[in-house]
Amino acid sequence: MKVKPLLLGVLALAASAGASAKTVELLNVSYDPTRELYVEYNRAFARYWKAKTGDDVTVKQSHGGSGKQARGVIDGLPADVVTLALAADIDAICEHSQQLPKQWQQLLPNNSAPYTSTIVFLVRQGNPKGIRDWDDLVKPGVSVITPNPKTSGGARWNYLAAWAYARRKLGGDAAAQEFVAKLLKNVPVLDSGARGSTTTFVQREIGDVAISWENEAFLVQKEFGADKYEIVVPSLSILAEPPVAVVDRVVRKKGTAEVAQAYLQYLYSEEGQDIAGRHFYRPRNPTIAAKYAKKLPPLELVTIDAEFGGWAKAQKTHFADGGTFDQVYLNK
Amino acid sequence: MSLAVPVPQSPRRVLPGFGLSLGFTLAYLGLIVLIPLAAAFLKTAGMSWDEFTAAVAAPRVLASYRLSFFASFAAGLVNIFFGLIVAWVLVRYAFPGRRIVDALVDLPFALPTAVAGIALTAIYAKNGWVGQWLEPLGIKVAFTEIGVFVALTFIGLPFVVRTLQPVLLELEPEIEEAAASLGANRWETITRVILPELFPAMLTGFALAFARALGEYGSVVFISGNMPMRTEITPLLIITKLEQYDYRGATAIAVVMLVTSFLLLLLINLLQKWSRRYHRI
Repeated sequence: MKVKPLLLGVLALAASAGASAKTVELLNVSYDPTRELYVEYNRAFARYWKAKTGDDVTVKQSHGGSGKQARGVIDGLPADVVTLALAADIDAICEHSQQLPKQWQQLLPNNSAPYTSTIVFLVRQGNPKGIRDWDDLVKPGVSVITPNPKTSGGARWNYLAAWAYARRKLGGDAAAQEFVAKLLKNVPVLDSGARGSTTTFVQREIGDVAISWENEAFLVQKEFGADKYEIVVPSLSILAEPPVAVVDRVVRKKGTAEVAQAYLQYLYSEEGQDIAGRHFYRPRNPTIAAKYAKKLPPLELVTIDAEFGGWAKAQKTHFADGGTFDQVYLNK
Repeated sequence: MSLAVPVPQSPRRVLPGFGLSLGFTLAYLGLIVLIPLAAAFLKTAGMSWDEFTAAVAAPRVLASYRLSFFASFAAGLVNIFFGLIVAWVLVRYAFPGRRIVDALVDLPFALPTAVAGIALTAIYAKNGWVGQWLEPLGIKVAFTEIGVFVALTFIGLPFVVRTLQPVLLELEPEIEEAAASLGANRWETITRVILPELFPAMLTGFALAFARALGEYGSVVFISGNMPMRTEITPLLIITKLEQYDYRGATAIAVVMLVTSFLLLLLINLLQKWSRRYHRI
């Protein structure tokens, strides 16, 4: 994370280049699978901003596990904007370093999540184990790959999606816990991050099915061939809302508030939404979403807020020390 | 670890500057070593005793201590044995390509640990070069305790070899000839002449490799599979705590690791001292 010296260097260069056209520099601290999305979006935004104001804007990106990135910002990584995997991580920045207002999630439309995703299954060509829905993951002899929810933000979505399905289908939290425990017994490896799980499934050829973010599953297909992996959409899943926010204290100090705000707002524009769709995130804009509906079909989605009472509560019940995840392994 | 450097007895030293250099030593150690460690202790000091024990003695954490300490210990032992052979060959024999082999020993030092972890996993997974032959025999390496042990052995090797090499260089072949001419057979020469000379250095090498293995994170997380109660190493649990923004819980486990490692290293130092005295008599 050697962004700071780099940033200083670029700033120094920018300063020496003279004041004819203003050059603005933003740092977007994001999580792993958004790399390709923001490479394209940054170019689009730079064009838009140049046309609108005449200023050049370059956006530096930093990627890593969502929680790790949040800790980086807490510890002083000067992010103008954060675009992370879960609201809980931005809440943590808010709680531990007070760098942005508590109600940050209300500052932009749609819970400050300009695009969404969901949890789907990635299976091998031909779907040899006949995996159609969550029920198939608890069958004996099916090997399931998912990361460790204690270290991976993405894995928490997987876990909660399975829980939500089981609670609806079997009725009640006790049955859901049993279902999830059974599912975890089919997991041979808990990688520390989502990309690690993808590697285990794809490169090491371990497991019959990988539970994955939809956009990540499409990236695997794109990278390794649609003829080798299939995506299975379950009957019910969870609405993943990767949120974005301006880091108030940083932009005030750097004087980049206006451009940082515009940077995030432009994500909601037609162009921004289209880029999100191209990179397999579900656009919020219904017109653009319809364009991608064939690839990203509608399905029944539950939300963290309605189903689990928000991230803070879900985190405490399920993933904190002694939570339901720990219990699965302790009560063996 | 402590090489018994004779302290000059005369009040007049050949080189001046004792005060200056000692001051520098203390300031430097303080800045680089003590202050960060003190921060860990301070952060933990904010916890109540109950919080502390809950954090460091949870079943998952206890299971991880077992794995971390045993795997590191076993890896250290294996490295002593094979590291001695490697060091011996490198010092005693001239053969083409010796320099290249010598440089290879340092590779685990230089390689980013994550790269080492990914490479080892790729090799030992069931479709890897080595894994595909072991899997039919029922031996699983990647994503088991054995995988942790393999990774720790890999990163520990240079510590043992590099500690033994200079000592072996000092050990002249004439000693072996003398032992032989005094009637010792080969086995006696090794066990009664060579090994006692090497023992302190072997202990040092072991201690370094062991301490390094305890703290190793990058290479292990890829090959261990991170199954709770089975293949989670202690550093992973520290990261797990951090992931929950539980800074104090993380430092509490770190403090336990630190204190235990310190005690173990102290023990090894004492053992070394004892062995040297025993050897002299």
